[in-house]
Order: sequence, then C-alpha cells, then structure tokens
Amino acid sequence: MKGLNALLGAAGLAVLLALGEAVPRLGLVKAAYFPPTSRIAGAFVDELTDGAFWSALGDTLTGWALGLGTAVGAGIVVGVVVSVVPHLREATASTIEFLRPIPSVALIPLAVLLYGTELRSVLLLVVYASFWQVLIQVLYGVQDVDPVAEETARSYGLGTWARIRHVLWPTALPYVITGVRLAAAVALILAITAELVIGAPGLGARIAVAQTSQAVPEMYALIVVTGLLGLLINVGARAAERRALAWHQSVRGEVTV
Amino acid sequence: MRPVLLRLGFVLGLPAVLVALWWAASDGSTNVYWPPLRTILKTFPDVWTADRLRSDVLPSVARLAAGYATAAAAGVALGTVIGSYRRVRAVCEPVLEFLRAVPPPVLVPVIMLFAGIGDTMKIVVIASGCVWPVLLNTVEGVRAVDPVMAETARSYGIAGPARLRHLVLRSASPQIFAGLRQALSIGIILMVISEMFAASNGLGFTIVQFQRGFAIPDMWTGILVLGLLGFVLSALFQVVERRVLAWYHGLRAANRRSP
Amino acid sequence: MLDVRGLQKVYEGSGRRVEAVRDLTFTVEAGELVCLVGPSGCGKTTLLKCIGGLLTPTAGEVLLAGKRVTGPPPGMAFVFQEYGRSLFPWMRVAQNVELPLKQKSLSKERRRELVADALGSVGLADAAGAYPWQLSGGMQQRVAIARALAYEPDVLLMDEPFAAVDAQTRADLEDLVRGLWRERGITVLFVTHDIDEAVYLGERVVVLSASPTVVQETLKVDLPIERDQLTTRVAPRFAELRTHVYAQIQAAKRGVPRQPDAPEELRTDTPPPH
Repeated sequence: MKGLNALLGAAGLAVLLALGEAVPRLGLVKAAYFPPTSRIAGAFVDELTDGAFWSALGDTLTGWALGLGTAVGAGIVVGVVVSVVPHLREATASTIEFLRPIPSVALIPLAVLLYGTELRSVLLLVVYASFWQVLIQVLYGVQDVDPVAEETARSYGLGTWARIRHVLWPTALPYVITGVRLAAAVALILAITAELVIGAPGLGARIAVAQTSQAVPEMYALIVVTGLLGLLINVGARAAERRALAWHQSVRGEVTV
Repeated sequence: MRPVLLRLGFVLGLPAVLVALWWAASDGSTNVYWPPLRTILKTFPDVWTADRLRSDVLPSVARLAAGYATAAAAGVALGTVIGSYRRVRAVCEPVLEFLRAVPPPVLVPVIMLFAGIGDTMKIVVIASGCVWPVLLNTVEGVRAVDPVMAETARSYGIAGPARLRHLVLRSASPQIFAGLRQALSIGIILMVISEMFAASNGLGFTIVQFQRGFAIPDMWTGILVLGLLGFVLSALFQVVERRVLAWYHGLRAANRRSP
Repeated sequence: MLDVRGLQKVYEGSGRRVEAVRDLTFTVEAGELVCLVGPSGCGKTTLLKCIGGLLTPTAGEVLLAGKRVTGPPPGMAFVFQEYGRSLFPWMRVAQNVELPLKQKSLSKERRRELVADALGSVGLADAAGAYPWQLSGGMQQRVAIARALAYEPDVLLMDEPFAAVDAQTRADLEDLVRGLWRERGITVLFVTHDIDEAVYLGERVVVLSASPTVVQETLKVDLPIERDQLTTRVAPRFAELRTHVYAQIQAAKRGVPRQPDAPEELRTDTPPPH
C-alpha cells in the first residue's frame, strides 16, 4: 500500500515536470515567461555551482534561524509569564488580540528606514511574524492544563517554579512544538519576503535580481530552491513534532487505532 | 456594575498604558524616524481623507477580497475532490507539499511576467498564495469524515450532492476555517507586497511612497492603517467563524465537560 | 420479511484472511422482534452491516421482502451503537431526524409531521431545537431511534444501541423499543451482547457462535407480551431462558458446535428452509 502510494506520488511529480516541459515547447505559453523544465533544471545546476548562490542561501538560513530562535525564546518566556502571573492573561488579552493580526509587512517601510538592507531588517519582520505563532500556542497549551493536576500540585505545596516545570510545561509542550512548527514556516516566508522587497542579501534578493535582469530560468530555479527549502523545513518540523509527541499520545488520551 | 468595570479595565488597561508610554516616550522626540505620537495622530486625518480611502484603501481591499474569494472557492472545491479519492490524493500529495512550501511572495515576480502589473496580477498573486492552506486543510478535513457518520449517511440513502452538503463539507468545516484563517494573513501580506512591487495605488504603494519621500509621520499613519485593517479583517473573520462553527465550539465544550 | 441465507463474510487484506461470518441462515418474520446475541467479537456488527447493505457478503444473500439486498435498501433503518458519532453535531435534533426524509421526496408538511411524530414517540418533542451534544447519551440515542422511526422502515436494525449508556437509561430505552415495536408493528432486528437484554426484549433469540460465526441456536421467548423491568426480570421463566442462553454462549465461546441436546421445552424449530 505504502509502496503504491509512493509510486503514485512519484507519478504525480513526473506529470508535473513533464507538463512543465511540454507546455512551453508546444507554445501554449511563451517560453520566455515559462521556460521548459529542462532549462530550469539547467539553471538550477548552474546555481549549485555558483558560490554566490551558496552565500545567499547561507544568508537566508541565518536570518531564518536567528529570527526563529529569538521568536521562539521570546514567545515561550512571554507566554509562560503571562499565564503564571495572576490576572496578566486577562490584562494582556485585548492587546494581543489587537497586535497579532497586524500584518508584519506593515513594518517593511520602518525596517527600510531603520536598518536598510542589513540583516536586522530581516530579523525585525521574521521575529514579529513568528513570535505570535509561538505565543498563542503557549497560551492555548497552558489553558489546557488540567485544573485537577494544578490543584493537586498546589495542595502538595509545589512552588511556582516546580508547578511550571512539572505541571504546566509538560502539558503545554505539544502546543509549543506545534507553535514552533508553524513559526518555522512563517519565518521562512518573511525572511524571503524581506530579502525580496527590501533587498537584504539572500535568496529573495537573488530572485529580485534575476527578475530585473530578465534571467527567467534562474528566477524559476531559485523559486524551486525556496520551495525545496520550505519543504525541508515543513517535513523536518513535522518529523520532530511526531517524535517529541510520541510519548504524549497516551497522556492526551488520544485514540490511536 | 463592578464586574463590568473590572472587565473593561482589563480590556482597555494595558492598551491605554502602552499608548500613554508611546506618547510620553516619543513626545519631543527629534529622531526623524520616531516622530512624536502627537504628530502622527495630528497627521492622520490629513493623510487618510475620504478621497484617499476611496483611491487607495478601497482598491486594496477589493483586490484582496477578489483574490481571497477565488482562493477559497478553488481551494474548497479542489480539496474536496482530492480528499474524497485516495488514489487522487496519493498522486497529488508530493506536488501539493512542494507547492505549499514555496513562500508565496516569490510568486509576485513570476505572475508579473504573465499578468503584467495591473489588478489581475495582484488578484492572481493573492489567490495563488491563499489557495494552499485552504486546499490542504480541506483535504485533511474531507478525509477525516467520521466513518460512523459516513455509514449513517449511506444507510439512509444520503448520497451525491446531499452527502457533500450535509455531511462532507459540514464535517470538514472546522479544518476549512482553519485554512481560511491562515489564508487571510497570507492574503494581507500578498496584498501589500504586490502593491509594493508595482502599483499606482493601494495601501502598500502609498506607504512605500511616503517612506521614499521621507514623509515619516505619514508613513507611520500608513502603518497604523495597515494594522487597523488587519485587526478589522481578523475580527470580521472571527464573527463569521463563531457563527458558522457555533456547533463545533459547543461540541468541544461539551466533550471537555464529559470526556 | 427478512431472509438471511448462507451468509459468509471474509475480510481479506495485506495477506491476511479473516473469516468473520462463516455460514448464517435465519429468518425474521414481518412484525417480529428478534434479538441476535453472541459472545463478544463474534462478528455481530459485520453481520448486521451485511444485512443493512453496508457491507457486501462474500457468499450467500440477504433478502428483504423477497428482494435481494445489494446496497442500503430504503426499507431499512439503522441505529448505531455510537450515537454520539451517528448524529450530525452541526444539525439540530429535528434537522437530524428530517435529513433522511429529504432524500425520499416527501412534501415539507409530511416531513414535519413525521419528525414531530417520531420525536413525540421517543419523548423528545421538546428537544427538537437542541443540538445533539446538548443532550445526554440516552437522549441522543432516542434521537437516533426517532430518526429511524421517521424513516418509516419495514425493518429496523439496531446494533448494540444501548451498550454505551448507563444501566437505568438502558432499562428505559429497552422499554421504549418494546413499546414502539408493539405500537407500530415494525420488524426489529436487535443485536446485543447482553443476554438479559436479548431475552427481555426479544420474541425470539438467535444465539450466535464465536467467530467465524454460525447460528448456535434459535430460541423462542415465550414470555408474556406485556413485559416490565420489575416483574419480567424476576419471573422464573425469564431465569430459565437466560440461563439457557448463557450456557449456549459459554458453549459457543468454548467452540462446542451447536448443542443438540437442548431441553425439549426450550428447543425451537430451526429456521425453515425456504
């Protein structure tokens, strides 16, 4: 069954690649706008042999990792503090509800003014966008703490720190990991966006250069790279989530058939 | 009376403190990039006149609505088909996984090649970025239809369009809405970015113009407007979601009380 | 009304072959209330799904009023054990009951009438506007029964419908089913693993063997038609019948093929060959 599915999936990919080759060759779209798969593949190989491509990839990954790390750290700390300090959750609810939906791209002009094309521009956008993903999940997670467990911990005289460690954190962990997974995807989107729009060095900026210089196959090749990067991050994050949560299934009482 | 006051205090307290802090900290600021909040607020009505709302905000929102609606319709329709057939799903899965992983903003340069820089380009950009979360969540929702419910429907002869309408789509609606919510934030991002790239009107275009012309307080008001727009759209979404998924929230609350 | 002939169901998948039902033959007459009882895991649900047209039997056939069942027939209504997952949580009670009727091209008035009548019969006239999840488990199962009644089936199939409700509710629901059966004269095939329930409810009890399932014994329940939880369950005859069925099920579990020496007064005719 599994083998068959993999086969079907591979067939799907093959069809996509074949269509990408055939459609421009048959003249259904202009090859200048949509180069055939083989030419994109050629450009892809050229990129791989170009040192500048690797440094761009490095820049993008640096912005992504630093931004994501900061956002995850800040999101967890703020989330736990807001949940643990009495009344703070209520007091911050309206502010969070207001700030969260503000699109991070609104900060692009500010980032340009403050930091130009520096890495800090990228970080500003990445951190702002991914912070909320983590924070919200932490808050949900803490809300999910079993009141009975919390009461029990209290009645046994566990202090705040011990309660956080033994009751709150284990309950919230699956949510935190989900938050990190979501934030990882968002962080990549914002890192590439910042590079693309602001011109901070990285894959996004390389795409913008390819676009302005009419290097269409290179542009497609770079887009494929960003897609593969996103795929890697998604698959990796989901695998990490599954591993981290494997022990947790029974605790959450989920039925696995 | 007291609980109401208390709740109001909780809702307004922190925002009021933050605004006051901003006001105090920025008052008398000579840093060009951080104008006093007083100046920003004074500039606001001059910048965001009814004319400008009509010429910039309206086109942006209209393009967002068109792209988002297209993505929602296409995503639900395709997702239902893919989710309903195991074989189709197996064929499409890797392709979809890849397409979803492409950061949507990189679509802007590609779509500009085909659709130029007009409204069509922006709508296509928004639609092609928003469609993935809707599509993939619909697939998940459709394939997760409860087998007992499916058998119930079958034993009572509920098939075809009735099955789709009363069982499949309703049962998938919590996931569909989760996808629509993700799509909304992506849509706003793409609305702004597509206008920053190439446009003659719209919110993103205007804000970048202010920034390039060093009209810093004006730019700040633009950021505020974008923030407000994001907030309002998300609030609207929540109202619709609460209405449509009232049963779902009720069901979950009931399950939580008696697991 | 309902003929099951030589029914066999074999599950095949990933190299394994599981014979859930081997060879089942029995009949349910029109207007009869028959209980199927058997040891747990004996393929009762598989059998009922084959009868209801939800599963295709490997061999043999099911006839409803002389017509061969190939898919869910319009003359049958199914009540599932998992009431919480069988009602649609996004629909109110009345809408849940009405939904199957919409497939039957009835007029709107007729549908309303049927819904109100069915909800009234199960004592839930007031709950029409509630969501299923706002009701207790027993009430939810009543809604499922009302949905089946409103469908006006020739045969009502019930798959361990009360296995997941508490004992008191269960007694109420048993009386409800008997009451509805007597009032409406519908044919009921009731699957259970509870011997007392089978004897209390049924006019006839079909005892099934362990999987792969065959009919272990068919037993006529000669209790008075008027039954109630207090007196019927302590009647000596009830005790005899349940002891007998219990022994049969124990024998079935041990794998003893059909008990030929059932006491004369308990022996019943095996289903007449058609």
